[in-house]
Amino acid sequence: MAEAVDYRYVGTRPVRPDGVDKVTGRAQFGADQNLPNMLHGRVLRSPHAHARIKKVDVSKALAMDGIHAAVSGADFPAVASGEIGGEGGGDVADIACNIMARDKALYHGHAVAAVAATSVEIAERALEAIEVEYEALPPVLDVLEAMAPDATLLDENCFTKNLPEKPDKPSNIASVMVLARGDLEAGFEQADVVVEGEYRIPMAHQGYIEPHACTATVNEEGKATVWCCTQGHFEFRAMTSKILNWKIGDLKFVASEIGGGFGGKTVVYLEPVAVMLSKHAGRPVKMVMSREEVFRATGPTSGSVCRVKVGAQKDGKITAAKAWLAYEAGAFAGAPVMPGAMSIFAPYEIENFLVEGHDVLVNKPKVAAYRAPGAPQAMHAFEVALDDIARQIGMDPLDLRMANAADEGTQAPYGPKFPAIGFKACLEAAKKHPNYTKPVPEGAGRGVAAGFWFNIGMQSSAEVRINEDGTVIVMEGSPDIGGSRASMGLMAAETLGVPYEQIKTYVGDTESTGFCNVTGGSRTTFATGLAVVQACEDIIAQCKSRAAATWSMDEDQVEWEDGQAVPAPGVNADVKPLSLADIAASAPKTGGPILGRASLNAQGAGASFSVNFADLKVDPETGAVEVLSFTGIQDAGKAIHPAYVEGQMQGGAAQGLGWALNEEYIYDANGVMENAGFLDYRVPVASDLPMIDTEIVEVPNPSHPYGVRGVGETPIVAPLAVAANAVRDATGTRINDLPLSPPRILAALGDD
Amino acid sequence: MSKMHIHTTINGDEVDFLGSPQQSLLDALRDEVGKLGTKEGCGTGDCGACSVIVDGRLVCSCLMLAAEAEGAEITTIEGIADGDGLHPIQEKFLEHAALQCGVCTPGFIVAAKALLDRNPDPDERTIRYWLAGNLCRCTGYDKIIRAVQDAAQELAHEA
Amino acid sequence: MAKVVFPDHLLTHTGGEREIEVAVANYRDLLVALEARWPGVREPLNKAAVAIDGQIYQDAFLEPIGADSEVFFMSRIEGG
Ligand code: FES
Ligand code: FES
Repeated sequence: MAEAVDYRYVGTRPVRPDGVDKVTGRAQFGADQNLPNMLHGRVLRSPHAHARIKKVDVSKALAMDGIHAAVSGADFPAVASGEIGGEGGGDVADIACNIMARDKALYHGHAVAAVAATSVEIAERALEAIEVEYEALPPVLDVLEAMAPDATLLDENCFTKNLPEKPDKPSNIASVMVLARGDLEAGFEQADVVVEGEYRIPMAHQGYIEPHACTATVNEEGKATVWCCTQGHFEFRAMTSKILNWKIGDLKFVASEIGGGFGGKTVVYLEPVAVMLSKHAGRPVKMVMSREEVFRATGPTSGSVCRVKVGAQKDGKITAAKAWLAYEAGAFAGAPVMPGAMSIFAPYEIENFLVEGHDVLVNKPKVAAYRAPGAPQAMHAFEVALDDIARQIGMDPLDLRMANAADEGTQAPYGPKFPAIGFKACLEAAKKHPNYTKPVPEGAGRGVAAGFWFNIGMQSSAEVRINEDGTVIVMEGSPDIGGSRASMGLMAAETLGVPYEQIKTYVGDTESTGFCNVTGGSRTTFATGLAVVQACEDIIAQCKSRAAATWSMDEDQVEWEDGQAVPAPGVNADVKPLSLADIAASAPKTGGPILGRASLNAQGAGASFSVNFADLKVDPETGAVEVLSFTGIQDAGKAIHPAYVEGQMQGGAAQGLGWALNEEYIYDANGVMENAGFLDYRVPVASDLPMIDTEIVEVPNPSHPYGVRGVGETPIVAPLAVAANAVRDATGTRINDLPLSPPRILAALGDD
Repeated sequence: MSKMHIHTTINGDEVDFLGSPQQSLLDALRDEVGKLGTKEGCGTGDCGACSVIVDGRLVCSCLMLAAEAEGAEITTIEGIADGDGLHPIQEKFLEHAALQCGVCTPGFIVAAKALLDRNPDPDERTIRYWLAGNLCRCTGYDKIIRAVQDAAQELAHEA
Repeated sequence: MAKVVFPDHLLTHTGGEREIEVAVANYRDLLVALEARWPGVREPLNKAAVAIDGQIYQDAFLEPIGADSEVFFMSRIEGG
């Protein structure tokens, strides 16, 4: 393990650069961009969950007063199959059909046509004038039913991928995958106890508070500018270019401030439609989704059925584990079942295992990434089964996990050996934590579970400019969802050795900064941070060479220390150190403006493990669950701005608890979501939660100059099983399915 | 559709605007008056992003008609800071990192101001229940509650 | 010789072979060698991530591969 290093700025908690704008209402979010002469766009959505579209006629709408454009699937080009970059969203041909249906409507709320009008009201009236002829088909809503050989098909051209033999019949199973090692049968034979169960979790939404919004304008030269709330404006540009068959160079994307995303804003919904409407109308077009549209047509993450079987010896050693996963993809292939399969056993060293995963089409919205996509569902199942093992052999749940914990050198279930990781450190911290050593409150139950996420690197660019007075501008392209500008500023301050207050960090648009992949996968502080550090190192190298030239020395006779150039130790020179400000002031004479840059495809993002536990109380009368305390422990590698790391852990805990206790997509038999609003899709509110205690473990990631691992994804993973295990502990009844809503709890308690 | 003339006082300034009869106060503030700091998260009274203070009462501006604001005194997020400095609630939100994405923040700050105006010394439970109409999906509320507690103390000190 | 391991979903492209040994200097050379052995395998491999001695690369290029290196192809990871 690397030594703990003392930093001057990294690890402190300054105010974020965009903070004042955000507490005064000045910050511009997606819906806050208005342009002169602007029109308002609205989308017509399918009233059927599954239907063939025989005809769409927008002519009556187009003839109405105040309507300046109307489009439907026929106005969009056919799009060839392919992936955009490395970051999800699925096949761009599917995304194209998702944002505007062509010959089939595949879920209730699927976009079918759109109009642009001088007001929202006129646009909505015009939608009613659009004539659509549907041939309704039976909806496929249950993942297991969808997998049946005789199920109604969503896509007659969908043949299951990755089967050993090419299938001769289409299926709703878009693909299957297998991960296996060792000898499963032998493993189960060595087991003293075996636990087996089936665990179901319904679809849940990311639930960002800001609905999707964008404003697009196309000028007379056919060049478009789009303002939108996005986790990645470069990928939005690429997707829009593919979907409209426009040149990338004709599209400029400006990322507004973004009111939450959690993965849900990594893929386009409105932007290509707004560009198309603006082109037809010759005027700017703004589109803002209603909350209902957000629920019906964006996000969510997969509902799932997971079957798990695990065997262990009396001493806690897991001898074999088997998992079967079926994830709902929604209307198009692309459920995050592979990462689910890769993460389910990741915290543990298991010799014999088998995971089978299925990506299954159903008539529900196309799923989008949601924080650690795919991991919470699968890991819930396994962490619950482990809890039952611990009970059966009478072992503390943390000790059971410690007995099997992965460590540096353990071969991960998905292949490679782990470098230095912090799982054991998290378990040790949990065991010692005052919230764990104190007894469970009277009448409550305690649940423990582990979490994991790979984290990713990918492409980032950064530029660092030195102003004439030595103040610093950092320009990068990763939308700031949770305070990342502050982290960039801190890393720049640390590297350059200048005060944080002297640095301003900006997120540039697609034409003012280099390419950056989406803010997602917990990559921003790691990868964009790496680019910022390297751009600062570029500045330092230039400053050293300018100082050397000023002093008539060789470059290697100059060092950079505390924000200034000094002669290297042993160099005998009677010179005054040159600060960044000094060098900036003399820049015109030493070669002109000082500009540093870096671009990279970052590799080696470090896996982040967590251990969470909570005390929960169940009201036997109402079935309501009260969260008495929650403790999150996670390896952040290095917390650049600890307050925002804690914030990620607390926010992830709240989302995970919401998913565990209340949140779910409820469908009627026709495939209509019955709770498409915050009143009935109940996310946690302040009075539902206690303070959320956090402990940041720091096992540095060897692939980052400051040891950063991503932190944003992992926190949502463990709370699902934590809640399930605590409810089991409190009530003595094991409930396999989520959410643990009052009706489900009452029903389960009644059964006993 | 004919518009109505509505006369209000917003953040201490007299403001006249034309609104349509069905227009919500939220839409009027954003689209007619240009006060974009008030946000829309749901439009149905379930998220609190649109919180404003009308004649001393905390309301969801998406649930109130603009026409109902005739003659009213309205405080929006733009009116919380007075003069050259931030309000202590705003300062404490920054200090405690009580925002991540920040889209819920205007609503929380306005709601917290309404709370502390009537109850300068609320306990944690009171704060949690008062703010239960404001959704935050990013923070898990911990740092928001601490910021409000700290702001209450600071205000008590100042008083 | 370096050990190279393929996940299940790529076995259709390797004639069912899960693990092989090859002597190459870097990742680019590995791809050339694999493509020579199984024509057409390069395309699915380009869509995969690869772990070389425990370090995961979403996009590898000239990363060195030593005589005792372990190379695992795996699915690319996305994120929220
Ligand atoms: S927008 Fe008014 S309560 Fe949500
Ligand atoms: S900070 Fe994002 S919703 Fe509250």
